Amino acid sequence: MDAGLTLDGVGVRFGGLVALDDVSLRVPPGRIVGVIGPNGAGKTTLFNVVCGFVRPAAGSLAFDGKPMRPKAHRLHERGIARTLQGVGLFGGLTALENVMTGGRPRAGFVSALLGAPRSDSDERRLRNEAYALLAEVGAADYAHALPATLPYAIGKKVALARALAARPRLLLLDEPAGGLGADDIAELAGHVRGLSGRDGRPCGVLLVEHHMDFVMDVCDEVVALDFGRVIATGAPAEVRADPAVAEAYLGVEP
Amino acid sequence: MRVLPGNTLLRHLLIAAAGGAALWALTYQLELYRDYQLATAAAYLCATAGLTVLTGLNGQLSLGHGALMAVGAYTVALSQDKWGILSLSLALGVLAALAAGLVIGLAAARLRGPYLAGVTLAVAVAVPAVTTTWSSVFNSDQGLPVALDPPPGTLALEQWQAWLAVGCALGVLVLLANLTRSRFGRDFRAVRDDETAARLAGIDVARTQVLAFVVSAAGAGLGGGLLAVLTQSVSPGAYALSLSLYLLMAVVVGGLGSLAGAVWGALLLVFLPDLTHQLTVGLALSPGAAQRVEGNLPLAVFGLTLVIVMIAAPGGLQGLLRKLVPFRTITPLPKSEERPVSDAQRT
Repeated sequence: MDAGLTLDGVGVRFGGLVALDDVSLRVPPGRIVGVIGPNGAGKTTLFNVVCGFVRPAAGSLAFDGKPMRPKAHRLHERGIARTLQGVGLFGGLTALENVMTGGRPRAGFVSALLGAPRSDSDERRLRNEAYALLAEVGAADYAHALPATLPYAIGKKVALARALAARPRLLLLDEPAGGLGADDIAELAGHVRGLSGRDGRPCGVLLVEHHMDFVMDVCDEVVALDFGRVIATGAPAEVRADPAVAEAYLGVEP
Repeated sequence: MRVLPGNTLLRHLLIAAAGGAALWALTYQLELYRDYQLATAAAYLCATAGLTVLTGLNGQLSLGHGALMAVGAYTVALSQDKWGILSLSLALGVLAALAAGLVIGLAAARLRGPYLAGVTLAVAVAVPAVTTTWSSVFNSDQGLPVALDPPPGTLALEQWQAWLAVGCALGVLVLLANLTRSRFGRDFRAVRDDETAARLAGIDVARTQVLAFVVSAAGAGLGGGLLAVLTQSVSPGAYALSLSLYLLMAVVVGGLGSLAGAVWGALLLVFLPDLTHQLTVGLALSPGAAQRVEGNLPLAVFGLTLVIVMIAAPGGLQGLLRKLVPFRTITPLPKSEERPVSDAQRT
């Protein structure tokens, strides 16, 4: 059985445009896999396939050896969490409530409607977990602030904490370093490297990022996409040295 | 320092009991006509409380809550005619509105913004047509009488009606307050703010929207049923499109998404027409002109109030009150000893 996420020969078309073509990759537990490529290479489409926002026309997906046809709201219970490009927080909820939303509630409708102790204790648990996560990413001081009032870097941290609240076994990070300064990127790199085993279970990470230094720094493996095809895959140093990757980015003739 | 208990149900029941006791005492002091107005406000409150949860917290705009009130009202009328057991009739009214809300909610979950408003608008417009089409059951424009047993003992009817309506409204408020402070309230707001992020957080968006619709429909059904009991009649004219619009205006003026705002809204619905009535009496017009002015003045005053509130206090009356009185309930934090030390504090 292959633990973690497996994509096998995935193809996606939007009309006549080939967004992904025969893409295969693996994200085993505990590994950090980075996806790079120029704009329009299919990175976000790849994420959307894993999240069930886009149905692939070809190929298959599996998680922990079981085939999966992802539905976005079902990923959470399987231990798959994703952050969105930018910040993507709920604007009307405080930072703490945002993180609580990412948690795993247990109370049912009736106990919530009656305000039963079961619902109360569930809320208390979610709140404590959320607060601990905010402290872990260094945003505890902003627990009661609304997202619009947060500095951008703090908003990204809250979004990360919300994804972590799902206790993910696979974490998808969509441009986690986008718009951050050097100090914040270094701090983020520390968080991403420390993800695996933080709650005693290995967590695989699949991330899309334009910031090359960050990718080369944190990833165990890098997959380069161009026009929807995998053009290189391997350790960061190998992929960086690959002439096909340089060509994709710079348009250099080989 | 904590004055109120941490247990949600206990806290809300205490507040409701205090409010209920005050209003109970008040019903003895008021004239019977005022008791009747209080009862009417309480009946409206059942509907506005549900609507403010739906529109304010879940972001679904409904122009059809007047129709859901009609569903509750007609069910109560029919059930009273057949069985004459008031508690059963009100329960059936809630159930019928719940079922109607489920059907509309299922459609609503697939629609957004103006399209959703359009569908709910169609429902509101359909009420007179339905009563005419099945006139043997609903007696078309004439409507139905609501048979009531006389109130127990020597109690005046109006006072008894006030007790009934206030009791029901407090029950609705307690349940909705519980719900909005639970994870479901948070899920409602998350879906309103960002559907994609909500999905990724494991929230079934469509289910959450249907749930919000059904919950608010149940409130509207109870409110409609109570109105039927108060007026002792049901007719399509009383549940026209304007009622739906009034309800929506009431929750916006009161403060969208706030249950306290729904209380202000319900009070406005009853007392603004009363105020305009006093005004037209004071104007000393000819009988014909007075009738025309009185028919339209409430609408004008309500519209004007809406415009002024939106400009001066976009958060509604409740939002204004919160700004003036710096009292805020915030989610209590974990106690300091169990509060994890943040990185900043550590270094």
